[in-house]
Amino acid sequence: MHHLIVDNVAKTYGETRALKGVSLAVEKGELFGLIGPDGAGKTTLLRSICTLLVPDSGSITVAGLDISRDVPAIRAILGYMPQRFSLYQDLSVAQNLRFFADLFQVPKHERPERLARLYHFSRLEPFKSRLAGNLSGGMKQKLALSCALIHTPEILVLDEPTFGVDPVSRQEFWEILHQIRAGGTTIVVSTAYMDEADQCDRIALFFEGEIAAMGSPAAVKGAFPYRVYRLSGTALQDLKTFLEGQPEVRGIQLFGDALHVSFSEKPSPETWREWARRGGFPGLRWEEISPSIEDVFLAHMAGETA
Amino acid sequence: MNPRRVAAISAKEFIHIIRDPRTLLIIFIMPVLLLMMFGYAFNLEIQDVRVAVIDDDNSALSRQLIERFEGSPFFTVFHYQGSREDLETLFLERDARAILSIPENFAATLIGKHPAGIQVIIDATDPNAATSINNYCRQIVTDFNAGLSGGAAMPFTLESNIWYNPEMRSAPFFVPGILALLLIMISALLTSITITREKESGTLEQILVSPIRPGEIIIGKVLPYILIAFLDGSMILILGVTVFKVPFVGSLFLLALLMALFVLTALSLGLILSTIASTQQVAMMLAFVLTLLPTLLLSGFIFPLASMPLPLQLISTIVPAKYFLVIVRGILLKGNTIAELLVQVLWLAGMSVVLLTISWRKFSTNLER
Repeated sequence: MHHLIVDNVAKTYGETRALKGVSLAVEKGELFGLIGPDGAGKTTLLRSICTLLVPDSGSITVAGLDISRDVPAIRAILGYMPQRFSLYQDLSVAQNLRFFADLFQVPKHERPERLARLYHFSRLEPFKSRLAGNLSGGMKQKLALSCALIHTPEILVLDEPTFGVDPVSRQEFWEILHQIRAGGTTIVVSTAYMDEADQCDRIALFFEGEIAAMGSPAAVKGAFPYRVYRLSGTALQDLKTFLEGQPEVRGIQLFGDALHVSFSEKPSPETWREWARRGGFPGLRWEEISPSIEDVFLAHMAGETA
Repeated sequence: MNPRRVAAISAKEFIHIIRDPRTLLIIFIMPVLLLMMFGYAFNLEIQDVRVAVIDDDNSALSRQLIERFEGSPFFTVFHYQGSREDLETLFLERDARAILSIPENFAATLIGKHPAGIQVIIDATDPNAATSINNYCRQIVTDFNAGLSGGAAMPFTLESNIWYNPEMRSAPFFVPGILALLLIMISALLTSITITREKESGTLEQILVSPIRPGEIIIGKVLPYILIAFLDGSMILILGVTVFKVPFVGSLFLLALLMALFVLTALSLGLILSTIASTQQVAMMLAFVLTLLPTLLLSGFIFPLASMPLPLQLISTIVPAKYFLVIVRGILLKGNTIAELLVQVLWLAGMSVVLLTISWRKFSTNLER
């Protein structure tokens, strides 16, 4: 059963077309990722799902409820964590949780057990009397997540929850999300970190208000038609310029100390040697790698597979 | 309307207030500061005006006249010794605010039963003070004349009876004004800031995605400020009556009731501001321009409305404090009852209904403008 259905949704702000007819469906209990850079329209879509924005056209149903008609009903079963930290900085951890429990009218007798569970996975209990404003970035995100979960929502919507958080806390946060998903909650999460795509059951690559590719991370990568090589050596910038002139090359991206190059067909060892000689790159090393989400995404961005 | 959600918002708002030194300052220090400022610094009563006397007559009669000036608490009299050409330096150097000049033959002319003139020159750089000085001078001269004619020859005399504030003290005049100012400040300024703060910090986005209704947010946020406004209002009244000896003739119950009405009007103003403003800065600016200044200038608090040009008078009809001032002065000083304040009450009630309806409708439950 589809828990969330987005059908041909478009939204325009003045001249900007934030969403250009987006459609997707999320299964119950699925961890679904919207992957894309800033300004791709992820936030607009998530806010529309949360009934905070009204799409210009198209429809969205959450657990069978229509976002244009059943606003209070949707808000009661949905947990939302906005992009920016949106809790009360001058309230303590416990006071924030209490406030959201009151807001969602969590029955008094259920609270101790729920708090215990939330404190268990967030490990925030030792800090419960600390002001939210004095928490670290990772702890703030865990508190925001706890507040979004206080009413045990059926569907959880998270807008770039790991943005600006250190790698260790990011990993911890994703582990928590997996626990929540194991409990049967549907999760829709957006991120600009491509490496987080692999944490999701299914992903949609978002670019300029459109979905460029959708499916499980493996499927999205598997559908990539080109062979990807990791090239290392000296004078990478010159190498990049050189390869850009080769007809087999479909995309080149500089990744720190290496180039990721996608080819329309696998170059033969002779070709490699010839390139190394012709371009004057004596120390050139190459190895074929399986494409990462980032390779796929960048290829889409450059219009290579369009 | 769910009372528990309203209570949750109010409880949270109280924590914000307690944790925010700026708000606490406005709530607890501002009333005292305003009272001190107006009570001690801002004084409409004129005293010890320095008067330079030039007595060219130097007769028994002229000395009698001067003694009358000396006897008045409003004047401090000294004899001018300098030359006539330098007379203006008295004003230029602020040595005197008025000059009394008695011509030669003053006494002789009076004894000959002819009208004699004396001259008073007044520094009118402060026109209000100049008017008062002029009036006091006339008063003294009239008394002096009456004394000369033996009290019998005057065709009629004017006997003034000043009611409700016989000593014409400032306190009964400014305490109601401060009450209005402070209630506006707390109700309009603080409420508009508290809602825009949630817009700015993104917390409104977070709480909107909950089953809460706009009415619950508004009422929950406004309740603590009603309480605080009442607390502050009572504080000012108590200080006004005890320290500044403002009379309290009318009904305390009626005053409390109408104070609640005024707070409601001010709160609805604050709500309107918060729906217009998107940042705290803008809210604060709007609150100052649209509530504080009119309350200070266009309510009849300091400047009488009757002497203002028509456009300003028209604007003043939508300044809530104008009606509240009539109410407070009426109840405190005159013992007015509700029957005599009906017009003011209706204006305030009408304004509240209109403003509340607008802000209720404009309060968006999503992020679309």
